[in-house]
Amino acid sequence: MSAELKQGRIVIVGASLAGLRAAETLRDEGFSGDLTLVGDEPHPPYDRPPLSKQVLLGRVPAADVGLPGRRPVDAHWKLGVRASGLDPATKEVLLANGERLPFDRLLITTGTRARPWPHPEEARLDGVLTVRTIEDAGRLAERLDAGPNRVLVIGAGFSGSEIASACRERGLAVTVAERGPAPLVGALGGTLGSFAARLQRAHGVDLRCGVTVTALTGANGRLTGAELSDGSRIEADVAVVALGAVRNTEWLAGSGLAAGPRGVACDAGCQAFTMYGIVTGEVFVAGDVARFPHPLFGYQMLALEHWGNAVEQAEVAAHNMVNPGPLRRPHLAVPSFWSSQFGLNIKSVGVPTFSDQVTIAQGSVEEGRLVVAYGYRGRITAAVSVDRAKWLDHYRHLIETAAPFPPGPGAADRPTAPKVVPSDVPDPKVLSHGPTVALTGHLPDRRLAVVRPTA
Amino acid sequence: MQIVVDLNRCQGYAQCVFLAPRVFELHGEEALRYAPAPPEEQAERVRRAAAACPVQAILVGEQAGAGAGADVR
Repeated sequence: MSAELKQGRIVIVGASLAGLRAAETLRDEGFSGDLTLVGDEPHPPYDRPPLSKQVLLGRVPAADVGLPGRRPVDAHWKLGVRASGLDPATKEVLLANGERLPFDRLLITTGTRARPWPHPEEARLDGVLTVRTIEDAGRLAERLDAGPNRVLVIGAGFSGSEIASACRERGLAVTVAERGPAPLVGALGGTLGSFAARLQRAHGVDLRCGVTVTALTGANGRLTGAELSDGSRIEADVAVVALGAVRNTEWLAGSGLAAGPRGVACDAGCQAFTMYGIVTGEVFVAGDVARFPHPLFGYQMLALEHWGNAVEQAEVAAHNMVNPGPLRRPHLAVPSFWSSQFGLNIKSVGVPTFSDQVTIAQGSVEEGRLVVAYGYRGRITAAVSVDRAKWLDHYRHLIETAAPFPPGPGAADRPTAPKVVPSDVPDPKVLSHGPTVALTGHLPDRRLAVVRPTA
Repeated sequence: MQIVVDLNRCQGYAQCVFLAPRVFELHGEEALRYAPAPPEEQAERVRRAAAACPVQAILVGEQAGAGAGADVR
């Protein structure tokens, strides 16, 4: 049984970070069969985080962001070709070029794409861009090189905020429009949201919260500006649409898998469910496109758009693809991510949105260096540091051991009287951008079931 | 040569900045920026930086998926 799993045909659909690390892990674990990677982008795997940072600053050419391999993977690479379907009966992946790829086991790592501006004719205006791929980032960097009069960033999540930061670092005028009450509020809640708002304004960002962009205006096919829901108008020659991501699951329509806008549902071992909630045994999923239950967070289904999750979940999925039942592992890593913007290093462990209260555990907003701890029902569930990265391992340990919230004294720079306030995580529906951590079940402070007895 | 730094691991010790200042730099107090495809003359410094990283966050290698057996269309 175990030897059988090391052979056969494995297809990985999605040739980015998760697909690559899964392929390497399969070979590390002794898989000696046929391995094929399918990617819709014409590039070998590359690293996306630098695209909204170094690349936009013009320090690194977009084409330089390739990923180093950990080891040779001895695979067939089908790049620049899109998967168009999955036939569960014949166990074949259908490609857009008409090819069919038979498999014994399949790994889905198709990730996400940038959510486009919802009005196609406005989206086609010259000067309207998104940032997700090498090409996107290269195009935007060129635009910024040309010295636009004003850049409009639509959406103040991590991507939008990092893009605004790069624009200010280049000395460009930038307006950020966010439907929610503050930047980053959807991921980090009210305390750090208001901190981020002050940070952006201190760096000269024209930040407009509680507004939506109702129209992008143009002349002769070129962007000229935007109209906002508060009745104001702004002039801009570049607009960056940073409205979050769309999960690449359309190709799985008709496959019988539990795949939809929220991702592909799987168990803690990365085995995909059918739409009846039955694990398939031969189809696995990892990375941004996966939804999985996490025991540290009430077994809620999480979908994480994090670099670290793509790596760790891919390793677990690959291990489980080539090992029998008792040797299989659950994906239990504590979620972690980072963002650098406006000269600050923001790092997170746990799930900040899985919270009802927060406290500033170390440092202070005034100092601009702090750790915010998040709790849910008296248990610590997350911590976010700003220029305090060395402390996060301590909080990760508290999260992993279900330590009480607020956390006990642990640091010299702890406020004398820790103040516990509501975490103020808004319903994702009120934000401009989609969440990068989606609790795809329900909000933790909205636990209710409606029972209607039938007469 | 391609490099990638696991910035979840990075804690801003800045040993890499000290050893290969043309490849790694700090933005502010602890946010690391680096050149993912350093020029060949920096290779030795980059390898030293990777070895010296206290949290072993730097992966040095060759571009994955390039060349051998690639079926690129």
